Amino acid sequence: MRKCYFDHVAANPLHPEALDAMMPYLREEYGNPLSLYPLGTNARSAIESARQSVAELVNVKPATIIFTSSGTEANNFALRGIARAKQAQGKHIIVSKVEHHSVLNSARYLEKNGFVVTYLPVDKHGLVTPESVAAAITDETILVSITHASREIGTIEPIKEISKITKSRSVLLHTDAIATVGNIPVDAADLGADLISMTAHQFYGPKGIGALYVREGLRIVPLIYGGIQEGGRRAGTENVAAIIGMGKAAELAKKEMAVREVHTRKLRDRLVDGVLKVPNVYLTGHPQNRLPHHASFVVEFVEGEAMLLMLSMKGIYSASGSACSSRALKSSPVLLSLGVPTALAQGSIVFSLGTGNSEEDIDYFLQEFPTIISKLREMSPFASGWGKSEEVNKCYTGGS
Amino acid sequence: MKFVEGIKADATADIVYLMCPMHLLRLDELIKTVSPGQVLEILTDYDGALEDIPEWCEKTGNEFIGIEETGDFFKFYVRKKSD
Repeated sequence: MRKCYFDHVAANPLHPEALDAMMPYLREEYGNPLSLYPLGTNARSAIESARQSVAELVNVKPATIIFTSSGTEANNFALRGIARAKQAQGKHIIVSKVEHHSVLNSARYLEKNGFVVTYLPVDKHGLVTPESVAAAITDETILVSITHASREIGTIEPIKEISKITKSRSVLLHTDAIATVGNIPVDAADLGADLISMTAHQFYGPKGIGALYVREGLRIVPLIYGGIQEGGRRAGTENVAAIIGMGKAAELAKKEMAVREVHTRKLRDRLVDGVLKVPNVYLTGHPQNRLPHHASFVVEFVEGEAMLLMLSMKGIYSASGSACSSRALKSSPVLLSLGVPTALAQGSIVFSLGTGNSEEDIDYFLQEFPTIISKLREMSPFASGWGKSEEVNKCYTGGS
Repeated sequence: MKFVEGIKADATADIVYLMCPMHLLRLDELIKTVSPGQVLEILTDYDGALEDIPEWCEKTGNEFIGIEETGDFFKFYVRKKSD
């Protein structure tokens, strides 16, 4: 049976060159990077070289990149570290309703600890408007955190425009760029963000390694105390091999980004066109301004998990909602924030493509998908006797 | 402790919110970047620096000029010794 991996926002396969770069640091170069003999100093130089590659990917100075254990840690670090560092100036933080759990739950944690959080609404495509950011900023606001692109709906947010507002109001801007760094050009200066989260497994690097860019001169309270690793801002013996893997993946991403983008966009566009031919299926997120490798839908009268299982039985691997929430069996808060009715949000499905996907994958998928949906709808208690509900009409005027 | 005000520094390390031994490491790094007679400034909220930095100066022969207190952190001033 054919295997079609369409879940690249959950994890990418490791690039063979990244694996090759990592292997010596799992075998012979096992020294602690703080040690002063060659086994340690070799690991130290390799880390600094990887830092350079990651820095080049987002066009910043290497010293502004702090390696973390994940994108989630980077997001926690940004929110909690800046909140603590800036709390004397104010205790108000702004996030959007389409943030990843690592941002939303960090914000909730801060709320329980005396901070006030505004959760900004989005439009039906998941866009945060710069005007809504401007209106939410108060004298107490210290930080705005808006994702660069949601992994659930693919919408790319207007960070550059938002940064003009945060700068003019002397408020810091963090962006969770986990879905974008390595996939589309991200230039820290151009975006204007003060802090940027990223993770390696979104651009063919290993899991368990991420990074946070912290603008030069910006103070941040560490999440993890201990030794002097990462300039004392993130203690703990470095995951050397993973860092090297991230560095190699960053170097390759910079070099191959344009080619990868053309390839995945072409396949993605075919996938979207094909899926939307199935009746009562709607694209979620922004129709144009979205991640080039990402397509997300809600399918009326079926349930996301059932789709995933049936697709999986055909060798097609996809996701329903975020990688985390697909296991939580609840309607996606991101989809609800777009105004998608609760029942329809249950039929959420997300496809994210990668360099390993081919035209044949799309052919195979488009052949299987309508059949699976028909079968599920035959079983669905909701399919017969229901016309398009008013709620659905309201959300998707004129169909897709 | 010697308190000072308005000292002009030739190089600064801002390590506010970072813990021991970052104050000593940055001091050691920074001293190599300046010329004899030039002044270093270390910004830190780490209390241990109150003992460590004067002691480091004594050991290394650099001049401990003094500290300035701000609301949230200390500014330490050190003059690099002559060759």
